[in-house]
Amino acid sequence: MEAEYVLQMKNIEKEYYGNRVLKGVDLSVRPGEIHALVGENGAGKSTLMNVLFGMPVIHSTGGFSGEVYFGGEKVDIKSPLEAMELGIGMVHQEFMLVPEFTITENIKINREITKDNFLSRAFKNKGLKTLDRKAMSQDARKALDRVGLGVEEWVTVAGLPVGHMQFVEIAREIDKTGLKLLVFDEPTAVLTESEADNLIAGIKRLAESGIAILFITHRLNEVLQAADNISILRDGELVGTRRKEDTSVTELAELMVGRRIDINGKEGQAEDSEKREIILDIRNLHVDMPGERVKGVNLEIYEGEIFGIGGLAGQGKVGIANGIMGLYPAKGEVLLKGEKLDLNNTKGALNKGLAFVSEDRRGVGLLLDSSIELNIVATTMHVKNKYFKKLGFLNQMDIRSIREHANRMIKELDIRCTGPQQLTRQLSGGNQQKVCIARALTLDPNVLFVSEPTRGIDIGAKKLVLDLLVKLNKELGMTIVMTSSELIELRSICDRIAIISGGKVEGILRPDDSDRDFGLMMAGEYKKMKEKEAM
Amino acid sequence: MKDTLRKFVKSIGLPRLIITLMFIGICIAAIVLKLPFGMLASDVIRRFGMFGILALAMVPSIQCGTGPNFALPIGIICGLLGSLMAIEFGLTSKALGYGFISAILISLPFAILTGWAYGLMLNKIKGSEMLVATYTGFSIVSFMQIGWVTLPFKHPEMIWPIGKGLRVTVSLDSTFGEFLNKFWGFSIGGVYIPTGLLLFFFGCCLLVWLFSRSKSGIEMYTAGANPKFAAASGINVDKNRVLGTVLSTVIGAVGIIVYSLSFGYLQLYLAPLYMAFPAVAAVLIGGASTSKVKISHVLIGTFLFQGMLTIAVPVANQLFPEGNLSEVLRQIVQNGIILYALTKVGREA
Repeated sequence: MEAEYVLQMKNIEKEYYGNRVLKGVDLSVRPGEIHALVGENGAGKSTLMNVLFGMPVIHSTGGFSGEVYFGGEKVDIKSPLEAMELGIGMVHQEFMLVPEFTITENIKINREITKDNFLSRAFKNKGLKTLDRKAMSQDARKALDRVGLGVEEWVTVAGLPVGHMQFVEIAREIDKTGLKLLVFDEPTAVLTESEADNLIAGIKRLAESGIAILFITHRLNEVLQAADNISILRDGELVGTRRKEDTSVTELAELMVGRRIDINGKEGQAEDSEKREIILDIRNLHVDMPGERVKGVNLEIYEGEIFGIGGLAGQGKVGIANGIMGLYPAKGEVLLKGEKLDLNNTKGALNKGLAFVSEDRRGVGLLLDSSIELNIVATTMHVKNKYFKKLGFLNQMDIRSIREHANRMIKELDIRCTGPQQLTRQLSGGNQQKVCIARALTLDPNVLFVSEPTRGIDIGAKKLVLDLLVKLNKELGMTIVMTSSELIELRSICDRIAIISGGKVEGILRPDDSDRDFGLMMAGEYKKMKEKEAM
Repeated sequence: MKDTLRKFVKSIGLPRLIITLMFIGICIAAIVLKLPFGMLASDVIRRFGMFGILALAMVPSIQCGTGPNFALPIGIICGLLGSLMAIEFGLTSKALGYGFISAILISLPFAILTGWAYGLMLNKIKGSEMLVATYTGFSIVSFMQIGWVTLPFKHPEMIWPIGKGLRVTVSLDSTFGEFLNKFWGFSIGGVYIPTGLLLFFFGCCLLVWLFSRSKSGIEMYTAGANPKFAAASGINVDKNRVLGTVLSTVIGAVGIIVYSLSFGYLQLYLAPLYMAFPAVAAVLIGGASTSKVKISHVLIGTFLFQGMLTIAVPVANQLFPEGNLSEVLRQIVQNGIILYALTKVGREA
């Protein structure tokens, strides 16, 4: 009996250290079908693909449960090589190409066609065989023609436009004989619109030749353009599979975001926030942060509110706080209480009463091999000249006042540690985050920027950190600007949430606005949709 | 049992433990061989004071994030230049410590300038400081081979009687040789205590310690411990790296003056070539890593390393009269410990 599906994954479950990231996901793909997989960051898309490819990260963390059928037979894929031998190919988001090699060499890499020469005969060693460049070129040409790339096969990859590189990757995958399933991991993320259209046409051509395509993306309009069927993942669960004909961008957006827990944080305050004073006025901010470019953001942040900045990874939301704090080159205008802020000057920003808890906790946020107390006061010592005493003409650090302050912070923020002299490396993620917040609070800021405050810490600690932010806001009236990839967190504690897409503000929403609006904004479809409605 | 043992070894550090055991072993051998205890102890103390400041020069460079200062010869050359000029200009009165103080004062501007220039260079090659430093040290020593011959020094005690240029070793007998050793020096039970030398060394340690707790010192430490953290706190990382390099070079210059003074000679030409390695080895044995160091590491490390070498010479000569075993031992320990420390780079993270 000919198998109906080329790939079937049944009831896949996966845990990372007690954290369930896949909760019984089913996925079926027919030959010649283009199947899209959509979901937010962290919804489990990559984990599912790691399971499919038998990546080491899955097996080194205890494997998974569930069954995978390929071509109708049950398979147990233990390594990417096995996946490749079965006929599963992958086109990566970051290109896995050797820039200095020609297109042919890249397509044939590690699968070179060789012929014997006297050395390889003499030593009976395969490694010494000569490359059969003519045969390789012919194969490469055939593969390039199949994807419809007209570039000569002997050109080096280095100078090619990104769109073409993508096609070279695809050509490499289809050149592998017996390819049955090709996975595209956010293939259009780095492409321009016309390149993306081109790619989708190419993908459709491939599907017509009988290869099944699994298409991972979060651009919803592309999904409808290209896919036959769409599976939506949210929080490790398969929340729905839709046929293209039966669904719409709006429905997909709603499914992708969904409401997961009830809003429990703020109430009542949101109404009057518009009447408050503007504390931070961001005008046309551009930040050159690699991977998180900001391309002209305008925001007005009111005094005493918790302002959320959300959006998908790579859209630029993280760049805003980093740019204002001067960690990455920025241009534009930022007014703090009507006063112009000197951009690209970290010390100046700190002095003016801004403080920043970085998204890169271990990289930027902490001195890992130093004590908790030094971590807490280090920035303030530099910026405000506090915690020193005079010793003749020398200023010396004042251990006693530092210890006092650190102990107070440890108590107030409930940092679980053996004492102020413990090294921060030894703390858990949640407590490390509290040390970072304590450091920012020591500066006595007017506006506190917090980026990804709950990244990489466990669920219990997440709640503590969020509660702490709410407490600071309510009791001290501190203005907090929180950047997070987790929409649900933003919606649970923020007064207003700006969604960033393509380096710009797509829109500002209230936490209780509809899932549909959030989903559309995350996908960057909101404005287009509104324009259409207006017409 | 096994766990407590492992914890114990970890808390002391494997290299420190091995060297301590070797040191104790050699001491026992010295007693068994009935070597003169007083003389050995005097020697250990003298070499401890003599090498200590050179090892201390590693502290600012490691703290500011450029790693152990393998380019110590830069500071050494400056110190030698200062000493030579002090003698040449006859600044060797008693008030100037027979030239000791004038040597330090003259070497300072050289050390500050070269340290600053070298620091600027280090900022351009972040990530490979140690390798570049080693070769910078080698280059500057080689370059000064020309300098020692061509510089217009005229003092008869320093230049070759026939021909041109400075001698390979310049005696300090008539100037500040042994000045600090004799300063308040006394003998107790056949052990000579060079009070001035030790006081000067401890004084330098105290200054560096005080600096490390000052505003500039903490900023420098922060810049070295995590440059990204420092930048996010508004600290100028590059400036602090230059500061650390300048300090290290200056301490190196002072260190070689104290070393020469206690040794009795200025050693020119190829002598400074490998001077950085014993200093680096000493702090590493003391428990420092390429990214973390304390003053206590300098004290413990210098004592263990120099103590072991001092006692190993007569012990090895007694046991194996033929050959140069103690020198071989020195090379093995010194290069072994540096190799060990380099294998640890980046693994702590």
